[in-house]
Amino acid sequence: MQRLGNAITSRLVIIVPYLWLLFFFLVPFAIVFKISLSQTAIAMPPYVPVLTLQDGWSALMEQLSELNFDNYVWLTEDPLYFNAYISSVWIAGVSTFLTLMIGYPIAYGMARAPASIRPTLLMLVILPFWTSFLIRVYAWIGILKPEGLLNQVLLATGIIDTPLIILNTHTAIFIGIVYSYLPFMVLPLYATLEKLDYSLIEAAQDLGCPQTTAFWKITFPLSLPGVVAGCLLVFIPAVGEFVIPDLLGGSQTLMIGKTLWNEFFNNRDWPVASAVAVILLLLLVVPIMLFQNAQARAQER
Amino acid sequence: MKSLGNIRRSFAPWNDPSAKPYISFENVTKRFGDFTAVNNLSLVIFEREFFALLGASGCGKSTLLRMLAGFEEPTSGRILLDGQDLRGIPPYKRPVNMMFQSYALFPHMTVESNIAFGLKQEGMPKADIDKRVAEMLKLVKLEPFAKRKPHQLSGGQRQRVALARSVAKRPKVLLLDEPLGALDKKLREETQFELMDLQQSLGLTFVVVTHDQEEAMTMADRIAILDKGQVMQVATPAEVYEAPASRFVAGFVGNVNLFEGKVATREGATARIEDGKGTSILADNAGEAAVGSAVTFAIRPEKIKVSSREPAGTPNALAGEIYDIAYLGDMTVYHVKLDAGPVVRASTVNSARATDDPLSWNDRAWISFLPDAGVVLTR
Repeated sequence: MQRLGNAITSRLVIIVPYLWLLFFFLVPFAIVFKISLSQTAIAMPPYVPVLTLQDGWSALMEQLSELNFDNYVWLTEDPLYFNAYISSVWIAGVSTFLTLMIGYPIAYGMARAPASIRPTLLMLVILPFWTSFLIRVYAWIGILKPEGLLNQVLLATGIIDTPLIILNTHTAIFIGIVYSYLPFMVLPLYATLEKLDYSLIEAAQDLGCPQTTAFWKITFPLSLPGVVAGCLLVFIPAVGEFVIPDLLGGSQTLMIGKTLWNEFFNNRDWPVASAVAVILLLLLVVPIMLFQNAQARAQER
Repeated sequence: MKSLGNIRRSFAPWNDPSAKPYISFENVTKRFGDFTAVNNLSLVIFEREFFALLGASGCGKSTLLRMLAGFEEPTSGRILLDGQDLRGIPPYKRPVNMMFQSYALFPHMTVESNIAFGLKQEGMPKADIDKRVAEMLKLVKLEPFAKRKPHQLSGGQRQRVALARSVAKRPKVLLLDEPLGALDKKLREETQFELMDLQQSLGLTFVVVTHDQEEAMTMADRIAILDKGQVMQVATPAEVYEAPASRFVAGFVGNVNLFEGKVATREGATARIEDGKGTSILADNAGEAAVGSAVTFAIRPEKIKVSSREPAGTPNALAGEIYDIAYLGDMTVYHVKLDAGPVVRASTVNSARATDDPLSWNDRAWISFLPDAGVVLTR
């Protein structure tokens, strides 16, 4: 009897995350997907058909038959969307790479620091989160603009004699994304590097590896799970990032997050915006799922 | 004193004044902050020797090994290997290899690639690497496991992979840091003999760090007993056991009975030691101990005979009462409370089967031993 009780309890525990996913991911996704199949309209909500059971089953079936893939076709016809996707993936990719380049040494340094100061270092990494994200991005405008802090310092020290144009360029977006997402890279990397047994490095050195070779042969391969986790945590939100390109990238920057925003709020075209979102999701989720599947299979071997 | 050095093997370069030391520690000191791990230590190790560094944790034995491997540099003093000063030579350029206590096997590599790792670093041609790896796998009897990852092996198998990896490069010296510490007792005993055979067949110099005296006694040609960063004694296992240099060594290695006393009279090398409370012992090998000086007489339990009647014709017979008996199968250990006060531990080998022990708890008993059965310690 108690066994049965335990079995039910353990099932319930498993059910909780599934329910969470169902209500907060699958159901909203279904709604967005349905809207993406609708047509825009000047109404409230701004699309037709609106599915309802008020007029009975046959009416609902009729409404369902009005759904179609026109919006997806439209996305392929206007190069704007394709370019926005490519540009987003490119910007997110470069930013992720830069974040990794900066985050890895930080995480490595933290993991090698004396155990007594590690909690403090960890705290410092998380500290920026205590200030509003928006304020921190705005602060970058003050630093990067032509008459901003950075240019003033560089001009005053005589390193440059004309102000650098950084704001409203891709460079500003990279700076913004790298700055904002750095903790997401550092934390998983730190977690894997900290677990790494230092005697492995000593063993590699003992067997004839100089420090740098030992790093590439031992430390780096063993930290790959952290690298992958960190890159996914940065890349995925960076692809859909809206605030940073909008504030730092200026008007000519094309990113899918901004395109989405424009469709929703400027054009009030919810169906096209939803189609953009669905495609974005598929573009991100499908490759990641395939990748993780492959990795899980590689680990079993 | 009788020479005890040749009991085990005829290999004894340390008795040969013309033998050249292979490894020498010269006045080596190592400090970590204000903690002195190794304190002005000098030590020589000979080629092809199986040398054990024995001591409790924190005695500096692992630091010595790590300095030899190059992971630590001495604060002062120098270390020579085959005549070459090792100062400033990084670990990856030293002709020594180490087997780590945790084994430190690379978890993302197969057994094969773990063993091949050092050879690849050397730039050995692939065909030679394959040959050497196969040889090593055969040596440690792990051929069927070549393609496995370390986490798919048992503790004993991992230990053998670590061993194969560290000898694959044919180092001049193999350093072993508590090599058998993680194995269970039975496997440990088997592996001790395997290690000895391996050392013999490869003709390498082994330096092993251990806290297990039995392990050191079994395997080593010579043992250095360390305490607080200093060498207490360097000698063969038999010498360490039968002729300890100090009370510390006598107490650290094996069981021992210690009688504190003063030299009452002396006749040649034979001294009478009295503790002033009624115990009087006649001891040979009194060394330099002068009349009136405080000494300790140390005697091993198995050198003491326990009898129920007063033994005749022995210079050392002390009366007491059986206080405790522990039957261990191969031998029986008696604790005899002497009339004069101290409790003495004596052990008897049970060479005959099923004999009734004439001694029982609280029986009157006498302990006796020959004058040369123990040693007189002045330190």
